[in-house]
Amino acid sequence: MKHYLNAGYSVGSWLLTRDHKRIAILYLLSVTFFFFIGGAFATLVRLELMTPAGDLVISETYNKLFTMHGVAMIFFFLIPAIPTVIGNFLVPLMIGARDLAFPRLNLASWYLFTAAGLLALGSIIFGGVDTGWTFYTPYSTTYANTHVFLMAAAIFVAGFSSILTGLNFVVTIHKMRAPGLTWSRLPLFIWSTYATALLFVIATPVIGITLALIAIERLLSVGIFDPALGGDPLLFQHLFWFYSHPAVYIMVLPALGVVSELVATFSRKRIFGYGFVAGSSLAIAILGFLVWGHHMFVSGQSMYAGMIFSILSFLVAIPSSIKVLNWTATLYRGSISLRTPMLYAIGFMGLFTIGGLTGLFLATLGIDVHVTDTYFVVAHFHYIMVGGTVMAYMGALHYWWPKMTGRSYPEAWGKLSALIIFIGFNLTFFPQFILGYLGMPRRYHAYPEEFQVLNVLSTAGASILGVGYIFPMFYFIGSLFARKKIGDNPWGATGLEWRTSSPPPEDNFRETPVVTEEAYDFAKAEEPELP
Amino acid sequence: MIVPRKLTAAVFVALLALTGSSVGAAYLDLGVFNTILALAIAGVKASLVALYFMHLRYSSKLVWLFAGGSFFWLGILLALTLNDYLTR
Ligand code: HEM
Ligand SMILES: [Cu+2]
Repeated sequence: MKHYLNAGYSVGSWLLTRDHKRIAILYLLSVTFFFFIGGAFATLVRLELMTPAGDLVISETYNKLFTMHGVAMIFFFLIPAIPTVIGNFLVPLMIGARDLAFPRLNLASWYLFTAAGLLALGSIIFGGVDTGWTFYTPYSTTYANTHVFLMAAAIFVAGFSSILTGLNFVVTIHKMRAPGLTWSRLPLFIWSTYATALLFVIATPVIGITLALIAIERLLSVGIFDPALGGDPLLFQHLFWFYSHPAVYIMVLPALGVVSELVATFSRKRIFGYGFVAGSSLAIAILGFLVWGHHMFVSGQSMYAGMIFSILSFLVAIPSSIKVLNWTATLYRGSISLRTPMLYAIGFMGLFTIGGLTGLFLATLGIDVHVTDTYFVVAHFHYIMVGGTVMAYMGALHYWWPKMTGRSYPEAWGKLSALIIFIGFNLTFFPQFILGYLGMPRRYHAYPEEFQVLNVLSTAGASILGVGYIFPMFYFIGSLFARKKIGDNPWGATGLEWRTSSPPPEDNFRETPVVTEEAYDFAKAEEPELP
Repeated sequence: MIVPRKLTAAVFVALLALTGSSVGAAYLDLGVFNTILALAIAGVKASLVALYFMHLRYSSKLVWLFAGGSFFWLGILLALTLNDYLTR
């Protein structure tokens, strides 16, 4: 049967494709590549931290390692991963459309992303950057002695890729829903992707402008951030975090959407409080713009501003906990099956809760003064970004793999790696909470001896985590060569993407689907094909 | 909706004239009013671009909502940043 994968085998049929599903695969390859680049830097960081002495690399090199780890992971993996891979593949399928609203623009986004990736690689190969992923002035201006400019250009270009993807999603979701698919019937993944797309469009220009301002200051000596020229370094932090706090929600909102889908399917129940879960995505997106100053509590911003940002930060906890509580309520009396994707979803719920709650500790002014710039912060955001986003991404890949490829992955291996990842993750990052609380600062290559045990645990955990990520790579690739095909709706899930064949035909649906019921109506769903 | 050529040209000329007046205003010494005047001229220019070059004037309510939204967000950026600078 004809489908999007066998519709053409030439290189051109991939590199010039306008099919959102093929573009999703291109993105899958790109972000996986950067995940391994970021992982390589992380490995070196953890190796250095096995011993208290700064013996593996000198401090300048260490600065570069953690910077490039952060840049690769944040800008080239976490921000694009779920929207451009899972979102690109699923948004049209879930809303019953034949493609995104602007297919050429979609391909252009991938080319921009690739260009940005090449710039970033260039900067790495020429010797790297040492400012931290936050590019704070004056490290990135007056005292810059690494390839800041090239890396900033990379992030600038990657930003345009994000903006175009966001624009495409917003227009598509507004304009191309199938007949009968009203807003209140949309799958929750669409709601959260919509909220993310708004963030892409509204927040990303600010980082672009900020990086451009750095360039203007350096090239034309206009005082913007440099006090010697009449500028203010804190202005950089304001502008940077105006983008980058919303960006942390760009990373986690799509993950929240994925988990809603997984929890519904594997409990065979409509998500409890659908309207609240959908609305909380928008609430998170909007409130996320009001809290950026919590990254600047000790920077010298005014005490009054610190208090305002602290209070506002607490507000974000409300919509976030609505989600967790409603998933839990969905599980109650659900018919739960613990397939691999569901293991990831449950892992997500626990780890995201820990990450979010420690966010509240950090948003508390007094506590933050104690733990800011320590490993406590590092543990906090890794619980959200790795324990949350990467877990959900893995869950999503397993859940939609049969749809994307028509093949299923080996369930036993899937469960085993989910378990390994969960154990490895906690062993890596839980000790970092303690280290930070005890006062170990982040971003140094040496530390006092009493911190060694916890650091060794963390490094050991990281190697377990690495193994957990390698397994799926192998069995996913292996599954492509398997003879056995899988049905169109192996999980017995609701949602339009399951009504078309696997892998879907080039234009998605043979007939335009018509929607007559709410999302997650499991009373009418097919029985799961897989036990 | 296609904007008539003449109108586009007129808007373009108006923008050039306003740019000239921005430059001219910089040579006058009006105290605090220099900044206010410069921002006012810039505001008029931005509105012309949004209304005619970006076709906002001929667009649906939904597009107005999105355009208004972006100005609202710019407002958030300015307000919460000033919330620091004005209370130092
Ligand atoms: C939900 C997704 C979240 C993600 C992805 C995330 C990510 C991050 C990141 C990357 C940083 C460190 C930035 C740096 O200094 O390099 C950070 C710090 C921080 N986060 Fe989160 N965070 C999330 C949620 C929250 C929540 C819900 C709160 C509080 C309501 C919060 C409060 C904080 C605070 C206060 C800091 C600054 C700590 C310090 O530098 O002293 N975060 N977060
Ligand atoms: Cu934040």
